[in-house]
Amino acid sequence: MMKRFLLIAMLALAPLGASSADPKDGLEFSADPYDTDSIRRGAGLFVNYCMGCHSVELLRWNRMAQDLGMEEEDVIENMIFGEQEFHDPMMSSMDPADGEEWFGIEPPDLSLTGRSLGAEWIYKFLNTFYRDDTSDVGVDNLMLGGSSMPHVLSSLQGMPEAVRDDDGNIVDLEVPEHRQGIMSPEEYQQATADITNFLAYAAEPIKAYRMQLGFKVILFLLFMTVIFYALKREYWKDVH
Amino acid sequence: MKQDGVDKGRRRILTGAATVVGGVGLAFTVTPFIKYWQPSARALAAGAPVEVDHTKLSEGQLLNVEWRGQPVFVVRRTEDQLAQLEEVRDRLRDPDSEVVEQQPEYARNEHRSRDPEFFVVIGVCTHLGCSPGYFPEVEAQPFDPNWRGGFFCGCHASRFDIAGRVFRGVPAGTNLVVPRYKFTDEDTILIGEDEEGMA
Amino acid sequence: MSYNTEKAQGGLLGWVDARFPLTQMWREHLSEYYAPKNFNFWYFFGSLALLVLVIQIISGIWLTFNFKPTEAEAFTSVEFIMRDTEWGWLIRYIHSTGASAFFVVVYLHMFRGMMYGSYQKPRELIWIFGCLILLVLMAEAFMGYVLPWGQMSYWGAQVIISLFGAIPIIGEPLVVWIMGDFLISEATLGRFFALHVIALPLVLIALVVAHILALHEVGSNNPDGIDIKKHKDENGKPLDGIPFHPYYTVKDLVGVGVFLVFFSVVVFFIPEVGGYFIKYDNFIPADPLTTPEHIPPVWYFAPHYAILMSIPDKLLGVLTMGAAIGVLFLLPWIDRGKVRSIRYRGLGFKIALFAFAAAFIILGYVGTQPVTPMTTIIGRICALVYFGYFVFLWVYTAFDLEKTKPVPERVTS
Repeated sequence: MMKRFLLIAMLALAPLGASSADPKDGLEFSADPYDTDSIRRGAGLFVNYCMGCHSVELLRWNRMAQDLGMEEEDVIENMIFGEQEFHDPMMSSMDPADGEEWFGIEPPDLSLTGRSLGAEWIYKFLNTFYRDDTSDVGVDNLMLGGSSMPHVLSSLQGMPEAVRDDDGNIVDLEVPEHRQGIMSPEEYQQATADITNFLAYAAEPIKAYRMQLGFKVILFLLFMTVIFYALKREYWKDVH
Repeated sequence: MKQDGVDKGRRRILTGAATVVGGVGLAFTVTPFIKYWQPSARALAAGAPVEVDHTKLSEGQLLNVEWRGQPVFVVRRTEDQLAQLEEVRDRLRDPDSEVVEQQPEYARNEHRSRDPEFFVVIGVCTHLGCSPGYFPEVEAQPFDPNWRGGFFCGCHASRFDIAGRVFRGVPAGTNLVVPRYKFTDEDTILIGEDEEGMA
Repeated sequence: MSYNTEKAQGGLLGWVDARFPLTQMWREHLSEYYAPKNFNFWYFFGSLALLVLVIQIISGIWLTFNFKPTEAEAFTSVEFIMRDTEWGWLIRYIHSTGASAFFVVVYLHMFRGMMYGSYQKPRELIWIFGCLILLVLMAEAFMGYVLPWGQMSYWGAQVIISLFGAIPIIGEPLVVWIMGDFLISEATLGRFFALHVIALPLVLIALVVAHILALHEVGSNNPDGIDIKKHKDENGKPLDGIPFHPYYTVKDLVGVGVFLVFFSVVVFFIPEVGGYFIKYDNFIPADPLTTPEHIPPVWYFAPHYAILMSIPDKLLGVLTMGAAIGVLFLLPWIDRGKVRSIRYRGLGFKIALFAFAAAFIILGYVGTQPVTPMTTIIGRICALVYFGYFVFLWVYTAFDLEKTKPVPERVTS
């Protein structure tokens, strides 16, 4: 009796499940502070595609180079455009006033976005742009509706189209044949993962080191506590 | 409470072990708090070595650049000026730069520089820290009738020759300090860094 | 050889002792301070609180080297410490973790007092000093949280300071007086900095000294709640007492070790603790023009904040929240029981105290959540239980309704 009831209930409720598909699901992500290769690739992508507008003013070039194992000459030649020195913060070449004028809003500095919004938010943001002719920048974004940011990675991903259901809700994003980018979907997901890992690193460059140090500290403290406990037991033989 | 002698030895060992381990832990803990005092990345950036293009200098001209908050003189010395170095020797306190703290090894010579033509020196008087003036002309001066060119500090009348060597009988006691520097190429002097690293 | 060094030491020590009560203080407060020998787990938290105070003072002073208390620089100076200084990140995380650790330790320390009747005569003054420490600590933590000048710093300050505006007549001018401006600004930041860095720490240290002196004057309580001074040996030493040094110094070292393990897990692996110790929105610089969606209090204020939220009227809410802390001061006179320790008290007391603790914890959870009808109901019920504890306790003990068990003469283990 119970089984039949459950079966009917499931069938009755199934359509509800189908219509609540959300392209943001399945885009779970957690940053890996130990994946230095990914972070390094992400740094390169960030400099090429993002730094035209966005600064990372709290991170210095030389700090990044040191943490990611990059050579000073490589960074200066391939990454630093303009007057900046190796020891300077990573600033965008764009004047903030121009940004305000062109986009209606100054492109924010991204030094701490990895901590305030989190890695998963950034990853989803980079993966949920879609074409929108009604917008000034020709696109919209599922994480930040009405975003003033163009799809700067469209040459890599292509330009996704929104797939809507009967109620007009967006249930999927697909890149059509005639708007393909140079990367496959898997390659693009890796690229956005790299950029996200870089931003997570930029938000807290010391993270990998602090966790590694933490192991050693705690091991030592446990050892120290055992010694202290042995001392306590010895003295407390006097008591009772 | 029992306190027989048998436990005392073990007690001492354990107390010793605990003290040593605790002491090690304390040392590890204190170290970051001491290192925190060191110059920050910002200070290191601001105190970074300074590049100078010396091709702009005409003969006998002095260029004043700031490095770590101090004036550094870069002088393109003429043959005439260099010829004076031998002339003034007996009036100097330390003609052979025997006080080693005042200059790197490569500046322990008559001209106190790597290359005789270019003189790099911190423009701060070794008496009380004023910045001396550059008096390159070989002519009599109010402060010295037998002036052969060099640096004169207006604060308390200390005098230095064209290699920054201090004269006898003036308040300053040591030669002007030569910082670490090197030539990164034909045209460029890097002040504040040499083969051994940053100053 | 050894005779000479002993004499020399005795000489130096003797010289000092003739001018300063060094050896006397050492004896009075450590080597001849007799504490009950049956201290259990709950008795670690006093010394741990002292440890955390020292940790906060030292890490705090070091942070002050580089923190800049101006609107333009506060936020970036914290990130400067995190990135550009050597080991600044560690000192920052020690300080932020220490702030939360302080409340964990203090709440547990107070709960011990409630369980074992440590506030009862003759220890009322120790308890009062302790409640004052809690109050000052809350102010200190609140001001410290404002300093980084993030979104949560700014808007949390906005919310809490505006509570003072609820006070009739003097409320509005009082808020302006506190802020030093017509809005929360650099004037507020500057004074919070001064109070947080030096004024309140001095008060805190003075209160802790008073707290410990008051304790040593009457002697420590214990899990059995009995008076160890009633039974002394031929030398006048309590039969159930042991000198604090070396027995409790050595035992407290173990407590310190265990504490540091937990402390380090947080500092090195989860300093944000999912947003409970450091809120994510505080990584966004303060913006007076953008209010965050949700302005939760830091976890250690959450129970009191939940009590505030459970009252629909602003002034009454503020007064109730104040009463939640104020009622603690009155505990020695609310509890008219003759028995100190929960071990020998009536079943009603045990249930009531358990309910109080549960209510406090649930209130803590409610306080961090956005307001919904569900959280409001739960908050109100738990607030009633919270205050109900004190009402119950008074009725229970004043009217002799409590059925206690016989209290032993000597400590049990």
